This record gives sequence, structure tokens and C-alpha cells, in this order.
Amino acid sequence: MPDIDASFLALPRQELAAAALQRARDLGAAFAEFRLERIRSESISLRDSVLESAKDDEDLGLAVRVIHDGTWGFAAGVALTVDEAVGLAEQAVHMAQVSRPINAETIELADEPVYDDVTWISAYEIDPFTVPRAEKVALLTDYSDRLLKAEGVAHVSVHVATIHECKYYANTAGTSYTQQRVRIGPEITAHAVAGDRFDSMTSTAPPAGRGWEYMTGTGWDWDDELARIPGWLAEKLAAPSVEAGTYDLVIDPSNLWLTIHESIGHATELDRALGYEANYAGTSFATLDQLGTLKYGSPIMHVTGDRTAEHGLSTVGYDDEGVAGQQWDLVKDGILVGYQVDRRMAKKNEDVLGTPRSNGCAYADSSGHIPIQRMANVSLQPDPDGPSTEELIGRVANGIYIVGDKSWSIDMQRYNFQFTGQRFYKITDGKLDGQLRDVAYQATTTDFWGSMEAVGGPQTYVLGGALNCGKAEPGQSGAVSHGCPSALFRGVRILNTTQEAGR
Amino acid sequence: MTAVQLTPQDTVERGLALAAAEGADGCVVLVAETSSTNLRWANNTLTTNGAMRGSSVTVIATVGAGEGTAAGVVGRSSVTEDSLREIVAAAVATARASAPAEDARPLVDGTTGADWDLEPELTSVAVYEKFAPSLGESLRQATDEKRRLYGFANHEVATLYVGSSTGLRLRQALPRGYVSSTGKNADLSHSAWVGTATRDFTDVDPLALDTELTRRLGWASRTVSVDAGRHPTVLPPAAVADLMTYLFWQLDGRDAFEGQTVFSKTGGGTRIGDTLSSQPVNLHSDPALAGLEAFAFAVARSSGGSSSVFDNGLQLAATDWIRGGRLEHLMTSRYTADLIGVPTATPDIENYVLSVDGATGSTDDLVAGLDHGLLLTCLWYIRVVDPQTLLLTGLTRDGVYLVENGEVTGAVNNFRFNESPVDLLARFTAAGATVPSYSREWGDYFSRTATPPLLIPDYNMSSVSQAS
Repeated sequence: MPDIDASFLALPRQELAAAALQRARDLGAAFAEFRLERIRSESISLRDSVLESAKDDEDLGLAVRVIHDGTWGFAAGVALTVDEAVGLAEQAVHMAQVSRPINAETIELADEPVYDDVTWISAYEIDPFTVPRAEKVALLTDYSDRLLKAEGVAHVSVHVATIHECKYYANTAGTSYTQQRVRIGPEITAHAVAGDRFDSMTSTAPPAGRGWEYMTGTGWDWDDELARIPGWLAEKLAAPSVEAGTYDLVIDPSNLWLTIHESIGHATELDRALGYEANYAGTSFATLDQLGTLKYGSPIMHVTGDRTAEHGLSTVGYDDEGVAGQQWDLVKDGILVGYQVDRRMAKKNEDVLGTPRSNGCAYADSSGHIPIQRMANVSLQPDPDGPSTEELIGRVANGIYIVGDKSWSIDMQRYNFQFTGQRFYKITDGKLDGQLRDVAYQATTTDFWGSMEAVGGPQTYVLGGALNCGKAEPGQSGAVSHGCPSALFRGVRILNTTQEAGR
Repeated sequence: MTAVQLTPQDTVERGLALAAAEGADGCVVLVAETSSTNLRWANNTLTTNGAMRGSSVTVIATVGAGEGTAAGVVGRSSVTEDSLREIVAAAVATARASAPAEDARPLVDGTTGADWDLEPELTSVAVYEKFAPSLGESLRQATDEKRRLYGFANHEVATLYVGSSTGLRLRQALPRGYVSSTGKNADLSHSAWVGTATRDFTDVDPLALDTELTRRLGWASRTVSVDAGRHPTVLPPAAVADLMTYLFWQLDGRDAFEGQTVFSKTGGGTRIGDTLSSQPVNLHSDPALAGLEAFAFAVARSSGGSSSVFDNGLQLAATDWIRGGRLEHLMTSRYTADLIGVPTATPDIENYVLSVDGATGSTDDLVAGLDHGLLLTCLWYIRVVDPQTLLLTGLTRDGVYLVENGEVTGAVNNFRFNESPVDLLARFTAAGATVPSYSREWGDYFSRTATPPLLIPDYNMSSVSQAS
């Protein structure tokens, strides 16, 4: 297990926190919290095996949030001085005072146990920032070369993002913690041009809460996937165009994670259900009055929220309100049974939610932003005795097996969605029958999940995810994982995207 | 604590001196000082607010590497006199450990700009001095009238300093603001949206915005179900910007040259010179556009298809991307311009104007000329489905209206669409005058746009969305 980075521990975190929190108290704040965050990020891009860009960034800053006269106030800055910390506390209180006339609700927070000077570190082996740049570039050049040498591959692009995040949090209730997380997001794409058509094939390795070991084979078999991509791409370019219609679908976890993210993950965020995102990302059809009764999907549907999953991108010890990571049900036996909440929403809706405690879903993407209600790792649970992907395919007479994610879109209440993918295999009489192209699937959330006939067993389960989930105003980018097995859906609408383009 | 905070000018000068002392052949130092302040509301009450200050320094060091030049790029926030030394050393060491950069070119020459010595410009919550009380009044009014308001106001100022070992000293400060407001009726069955960009909030009246929301919600007193299909549709400027921003982002010269975008020519090369539309449609960028001012020089913290860290400080010139329906230019760095064989580099500019020669009138005028069709408000969750055609999917949002005999006669359901903005430029049958627009999907990120309303005779509504 790695240690908390010594250079972060050397920063004057307690001193700055004490100064800010004391100033907030002196100014009459009923509650105040302080964050000091350092986010190191590295982005390496290769184009046709040549290093195109390599950038090493660090975002270091501090933030103070207060409740003053029942109103939030927030301020963030970058200078690591007591004067700055005190100034931010004053600015946050001032923001609350300016905002008070347009605040119609007194802010109250759900109780949470006090955690006194605790630490938490995510599960990874090799801090990417300890690996020499040249070593990383050499590995990625090798991966690029393997694809470029393959027949039919015209160009190869490689992007790897790595993030090392350290955070110190303290609040006036007495909680303080130091937390360190590492995540990595690789994307390797082969491009081909054939006659008047072009296409691409991207690796399906999801971003993960892992270190550099992920790029060398721990948690993903790069040798296998890189060897297969050129053949997959060539087959896709030569594949027949899909005939639009209704098909049974077997969806691989590499595609289904994104459908879960959009149609369940965001839909079960309570801030959306309550209207707090209405002007931007939208609300949710899964409104609070339907808790316990909304038939979300078929009876085999079991979806959990989880901030504790190993290697999860949304996995933490504690959130940005000092709440410990937890796991809970969102959809059980096909019924909506839970939400993702923060401390304010938990307090305000405790009677309906049936619990007085936040489930730890508040965080910001950096010290420069205010914590908002954010997504846990939201995952579809496998059937403990469930079938393999091949067995699911074997149950389909006329269908499509979809692998990998690509295009995604859903409406602002999470009803109508459309997704594409990396590869689409025709299923004929229970067997794969070559690739198809120009495929998109379109459905309404509850119809789609209601059509889920079977979920695969634990042997099909993969933890997918994204580094760049957008939400809130001002916009924030979040990282979140979604685990799922392969699953079988009956009677889903398939579009031909070439026809949709009027060609 | 003894950490010494430097002025932006000192950061640049000391950074360049440290790079020279480390043996770098060249260096560019970028300093960005930012401040922002925002108010957010929902359900007729404030939900969050904030005042943020940011400061970042990016050091780009170059060294000779074999037959070429290598670059090392290191960025940090919260830079002090001590940490600047570490940043510069890291950038130089990274450059030394790197192979020659493909896009290497001599650093841009220049002199000291007249405003170089000025301090960063800042914003504060004071920008809402008039706006906030008026917003409070509109929230109270909405509560009294059993409507609900949700919205966001943001103001930010970015001051950028660019200094190079070749003598360049450039500074520019840019304010940017916008407000976006959604109204819903009492049972939340209908919504309406208005949004606008501003430089200082003196020209934004929340009560006037609320009046427009109320007018639009009134159109929903009659509701009509309309099936999916291809419908004559008026796209207001905000919706046109929702779509054209995607076209703008596809103007990458290298991606097109390598056969990966809608602007790639079959058989190789780009479609520069091709006629995209028989209509006299133009897509133009100019950093000096009044009201849409953008940075007047190239800023690149990393290299990509149309940008290069070696081009930092390159003066940006007014550029026609599309002129008279013909594709004139794609975005290029100096390297990419050479690669694809165009005479001059045409870097990205952070604004655009879409216009149609001779087009006059407003969205309402296009509606008045429509016998039967749809009027949109804005679009949402737009994503590329097929890069070859630039087929986009997305949804209508916050108000789709039925037009009959030139008048709005009711509200209809939302739709999912599948359409290509390149095709739309070839298919529109009427256009209005170009006006400043604020797009729903990307306006918070890319707000410096001006677009006309367009009438599309056969907009592809792929399916109905139940969202309201």
C-alpha cells in the first residue's frame, strides 16, 4: 500500500484550515469546511507512434464553504498562506450575505459521525508520476507500432491520462481527513480508410482507479486486445449495413456501463429529481414521490450505489462533506428504492428517504469548485449463478451483440436515449454471424430495462467507467465507475445511422 | 509562511531567465490569472454561489535534440518564487529527455505589447450589484404566480500573459459572462428557456428574461402531440449555434488530411475548395469582432492537430472557414499547414460568426413565413454519431412549438433528432439576420458565437422524447 505523498503532508494543511475555520466562526458561520487539494495530472498523446503532446500539470488550491444565516457561501483561491485562508473565509461569508436575499430555504445538514484526523488511500500499485516519462512513451510507442504495422491500419492515436489527487478536509464539527487517490484513463484508437469510407476502432479498456501497472497488464490484457483490433477494424469496414428494425440485444459490459451511467446513474441523483439541475443537465423521471413504487425495470434488475468498490473511479474514504464511503441499493427487484444524496438533501428529505444520513455523494472536481451532489459508482449486479456471454447469445435467434462504447445521448429527464458502440455482431440462431455497421440503439429507459430478460454471471462482470462526466453550473468534470455483467434485452429498436443521415 | 507570490510579469521574466540558466535553447512562459463569480438558483431560491480566483503558470522549454528540437511542458497553479524554479527545471529536464518534436518550429518573434505592465483584471460579486436584487424580485414574482425558475449567472475575467525567449511579451484581458434561465409551469409539465451572453451584466435584466419565459410558457396553454418524422423546422440562433459549434470543432486540418472527418476528401487530402452549400453561407472568425472579442494570439499548452506549443504568441488573423458556401480554410498550426500544403497557418480562434449573404429578419419572421411546421427553442446532449457525415444526435429541449399559418399555435412534445450540420447548411431554405447567440449545449464553454435563424424544410426528428 502506498503512503500519502510526503510533499503534500508537508503543506501547512492544518494551519490553513484552523485559520479559515476560526475566521468563519468569528464571522458567525454556523458551519464551515475547508479543503486543500492538489491534483497532479499528466496527459500523453502519440500520433502514429510519434509523441504529439506530453503535459504535466498540477492544480493546487484551497476552498472554504460556510453556512451563514442559513445560506451557503463559497470561495476558492490559490495562495497557501494564512492570509489567503482567512480572506477566503471572509469572502465566503460575504457571498452568503450577498446571496441571502435570494435564498428562500434555510440550509441544514444531516448529521455525520466525526472522523478525527483519519487517512485513506485508494488501491493502486505504481504511482504513475514515479515512472519516467521516457519509459511511458516507450511503452505507448510499442503499443502504437503494433497497430501501425498491421495491414489496413492507416493511423493510430494514443491518449493516456493519469491523475494523482491529494486532499485535506476539515470542518467545524471536528472531522478532518487526508485522502489520496490515483486514476488512469487509456485510449488507443486505430483508424482505417478504405475507398470512400473510413472508420476507427478504440480499445475497450475502461479508465480505472489503478496506477501505471494498468498499462503493463494488471487489470487489462493489452497484448490480446491490441492483437485483435486491426482484424476487428477490417471486418467492420467490410461489414454490411444493418437493416433498421427491432432486435434482441446482448450487450457487453464495455457498452452497457454507459447506458447504466446515463439512464440509471444520473436518473437516481436526488438533486436532479428535486430540480436542482433543471437549468443545466436536467431533472429526472425518477421523482421522489415514486420511491419504493417506480417499476424501473425487470424483476432481475439490481443496481447499487457504491463509494467503496476497489479500483472504482468514484471510490473514496470520505466525500467533500466529511461523509464516509458507503454502499446501498438504488434499484432492487426492478423497483426504485434509493437515491444518491448529499447532507443537505438527506436532512431535508429524511422522512421520505427513510434515513437521516447522507450516503456520501457530494464532491467537487477541484478546490476551485463547490461540492455538488455527484455520482457514486453505480453498478448493475450480476446473477450469482448467471450464464456466460456465450450462453446469453445462445438464447437469441435474431439479434445483435454490442461491444464497446462510442456515441451516447439521453434527454434531460432520462427517458429517451440513443447509443452506438465499437462493434456490432449479428446473432443468427444463437451464434455470432459476422459484424454489422451503422448501428445505433434507441429506447426509453424503463422500457429498455423492463426488456432485460437475463443478466450474466459474475464471470462476465467488468467495472467500466468515465473520467469526464459533466455536471453542474459552473461545469465540473467527474470520474465514476459502473460495473455490470453482460445482459440480454428483448425487442430493442435499432436505427441505421447512414439512413438517419439521409444517405 | 514565507512563500513569495510573484506578479505575472515577474513570473515570466524570472521563468525565462531560469530556463536560460538551465541551458534551454528557448522558452515560453504562459501565465493565466482568472477570477469568476456565480449565482445559481432552482425552485425559486438560491442553491449555490461562489467566488473563485485562479492562477496558473505553464513553462514550455525547448532544447536541441539530434536533428530537431524537443519541448518539455509543465504547468502548475499556485506558483511561488521557489516553485517556479522547480517548474522550469522540470520543463527543461523533460525536453532533454524527449525526442525531437514533429511540430517544432522557431519560437514566435515579437516585442513588448503596450499593456504588458498592467495588472490582471478581476471580477467580483459586485458585478451582480443590479442583477441580484432584480433576480430576487423575479424569483418572488415567479413564486407568487406559481411558476418555477431555475438558472445560472456567471461572470469571469481571464488575463493572459505570454512571454518568450524570442522577445515576445503579450498581455490580454477578456471578460465573459452569461445567464441562462429555465421556467416551468406549476405542474412542471412544460418548460421554457432563455439565455444570453454578456460582458458585464449591465445589459441583462432578469425581469425581462422572466417576461419572455412567461410568454413562452403561455404558448403551452394548448398542447399538441406530433409524431416523429421529417418536419419543416425553424431553428432559432441558439439552436443553430448548438449545431454549428460542432461543425466548428471539426475544422481540424490534420484530422481532415488523415481521412478522419467530414472535411476529408475521398481518396486522400482535404475538402478545402469544395462547395458545401449552394447558398451564400459564411463561417468566419476574427479575434477583433466587436462584442465577441477573443484572444488575439495563439495559446497552446499542448500540441494537437491544429495547435502547437511552438506557435504560442502567433498573431491570429480574421479567417473565413466557409465563404459563399465553399470550404476555404481548415484550422492548422504552422506544422500542419506545411503538412497539408496550405500557404499559411490558420490557428483556432475562439469565436465564430455564421451568416448568410443578404439574409434579414428574425426568428419571428421565419415563423411568419411558415405554413405548417415546428419552432424549436434549443437543443441538448448533442453527440457525434458518424464522423464521416458529421451526423449528430441530440434532443429538443424547453419548448417545441407548433407553427400554423405563420403563428405559434401551441406547444408540442420533445424529439430526438439525427442530423448533420454540414447537410443543414446545404438544405436550409430560408435564413434570418445573424445575431449574437448563446448556445444551450456549449454556451458556458464557448459563448462567443453569432448565428442566424434557419428554416430547415425536413429536419429529421428520429423519435419522440417524453421529457418536459
